[in-house]
Amino acid sequence: MIEQRKEKDVDPPYLYPDYRSTVLRAPTRPMVQIPPDFHETPGPVFGRVPVRELDHDLTLQHDGQPLGERIILTGRVLDGAGRPVGNTLVEVWQANAAGRYADPADQHAAPLDPNFTGAGRCLTDSGGHYRFVTVKPGAYPWRNHHNAWRPAHIHFSLFGPEFSSRLITQMYFPGDPLIPYDPILQSIPDPQGRERLVARFDFDNTEPEWALGYRWDIVIRGRSATPIES
Amino acid sequence: MTHGPTPSQTVGPFFGFALPFAGDANAVDPGSPGALRIEGQVLDGAGDPVPDALVEAWQADAFARCRTDAEGAFHFVLLKPGPVTAPDGRTQAPHLNITVFARGLLRQLITRLYFPDEAAANAVDPVLKLVEGPEERSTLVAANDGVGKLRFDIHLQGDRETVFFAI
Repeated sequence: MIEQRKEKDVDPPYLYPDYRSTVLRAPTRPMVQIPPDFHETPGPVFGRVPVRELDHDLTLQHDGQPLGERIILTGRVLDGAGRPVGNTLVEVWQANAAGRYADPADQHAAPLDPNFTGAGRCLTDSGGHYRFVTVKPGAYPWRNHHNAWRPAHIHFSLFGPEFSSRLITQMYFPGDPLIPYDPILQSIPDPQGRERLVARFDFDNTEPEWALGYRWDIVIRGRSATPIES
Repeated sequence: MTHGPTPSQTVGPFFGFALPFAGDANAVDPGSPGALRIEGQVLDGAGDPVPDALVEAWQADAFARCRTDAEGAFHFVLLKPGPVTAPDGRTQAPHLNITVFARGLLRQLITRLYFPDEAAANAVDPVLKLVEGPEERSTLVAANDGVGKLRFDIHLQGDRETVFFAI
């Protein structure tokens, strides 16, 4: 029998009032279901997105080294059957170690780091592996509710093999005390789903005298993958 | 062994320094023959512009994306696609798949842009036919806005709420 993956509760709902910005932005009418096979055609084309060789190293984009805890972040991009998704674009962006984005819209009173922008790109290899070198981002306040703080996180954008595999998400750090208080992460209904957004400390990829390793695998959708036999 | 999919999270407000790149809104060069310019605005339930959205246009062989500006405005330059055969053999009218990410959207929204000069093809399009009501369907058809220009606004809520799709 072919198993239909139950994905209904994997993603957060559109309307999640604890995250205030959803209230005026979540559509109110029911979605119209398109037959799933209408979007099996492979081929998101992202060939115009420039990826340069050093784009994966966010610590080498300026003259000096950024402040903060240097980390090596590795993982694999997999499909629902656990097979690697090679040659797919992975984009990341994040705050600096003080919790400030190099974005003009960010007005948090924490210092910018002249040696850190916080944006990177890479393509996965044939085994679906990606690798970034960066610094651990800081937590930062936001105005969602009284004393609201985002846990440290890195934003990820992925394309995958087809339209339905497009994913933008956030990766969190293990043991972050802010995780239970964050409505954006807590909007995911399934506790296991929330756990899947938390990287694990990776001693094997920790480099002596240099950087701490973290590991985070990403599973994207895509029905062109062979259905899973159960 | 099955692997649970990685859940979606919002693109957040602070992606403007990271995701845009030169020419990202142009699937073709603006001067090229047949280049079509599509302009639109993303609006929230209060009718206010959404200045922190990322809108993507997907075709069979082309891709463009655009971050909205302070007015919630985005644009694309691309070639009008041809009809597409659906998996069941029916013909789909020419269309673009549109993805919207934004602060306040915990996952992307998916909609379609159909073309105003394709009334006959639109009338029998298998996906448009799934949408009940002419007003709802009209939210998916771009408007002529001058020679080589179309307008396509995306209303996240409200009387003219755009029809969004689950795929």
